[in-house]
Amino acid sequence: MDLKEIASAIAIGLGAIGPGVGIGLLAGKALEAVGRNPEASGKIQSMMILAIAFAEAIAIYALVVALIIKFV
Amino acid sequence: MEISLIPETIGHIYSLLVTNTLLTSWVVMAALIGLAIWAGHKPQLKPGKKQNFFELALETVFNFFVEVWGDKDKVQKFFAFLATFFIFILLSNWFGLIPGVGTIGFYEHIGGHEKFVPFFRSLNSDLNATIAWAVISVVVTQIAGMVALGVGKHIGKFINLKSPIDFFVGILELISEVSKIISFSFRLFGNVFAGEVLLVVMMFLVPYILPLPFFMLEMFVGFIQALVFTTLTLVFLKMATEAHEAH
Repeated sequence: MDLKEIASAIAIGLGAIGPGVGIGLLAGKALEAVGRNPEASGKIQSMMILAIAFAEAIAIYALVVALIIKFV
Repeated sequence: MEISLIPETIGHIYSLLVTNTLLTSWVVMAALIGLAIWAGHKPQLKPGKKQNFFELALETVFNFFVEVWGDKDKVQKFFAFLATFFIFILLSNWFGLIPGVGTIGFYEHIGGHEKFVPFFRSLNSDLNATIAWAVISVVVTQIAGMVALGVGKHIGKFINLKSPIDFFVGILELISEVSKIISFSFRLFGNVFAGEVLLVVMMFLVPYILPLPFFMLEMFVGFIQALVFTTLTLVFLKMATEAHEAH
């Protein structure tokens, strides 16, 4: 049983839950907003992409930790 | 299958190490400078096809920035800085996908076993490079804030002695500035390095046909990361150069 492998798997596995839920909520709200006001879709889209990048960054931090555990 | 977090050195200039990411960055810089000289040579008032194309590209980027910021003159002031970030990060991300980058190299003998060292490696898969981007972005934002608002007012955002609550908010803002460096660098590094690892693993498993959708994903991710880096720099510049009108 190699703890290093398990640690790396758990790091990214658990770390991807939060951002996954967050991005799903973001996209849902953005779609809802576009549905209510299709004219503002350009603005809503650019702000959504920005917010999704912020949320995704947290998943990337978890991925970097997993990679460091595995390869260093 | 070898994956190394640290970029491999392939040579020395006197006592400075030359890593394969540094070599890649020189190639991308040379390509961009050559492209800029070729595209901007003798601009004319009535543009020909080539000049029209590059003007279209730059105008698309400019209009996108204006849509995010809202103020055309301010975007004009910072456009060279922001567009350079965007174009350089985008091209260095896409350069890492060219066949041969990361796969053509030589074998190095270290203490008994052999290690494969590629000649070129995607620039942003080097944490040094992404930290450099992040530090440049945050420092220029601070300087822009000081120029726009005055040194005293800008520092007054962070060291605020009006009331205990404002003081703590100032300290939090300071910590948040430092965390921006970390978040900028790790977002870009994580995306590009993880993309490289993904491609290596995919090509190791099934060398033909299967890696194609992953290459498309990597092209998309490279574009989005360049866009996000630039847009976030833009947003922080906007927040720094506008007077803090809360409370």
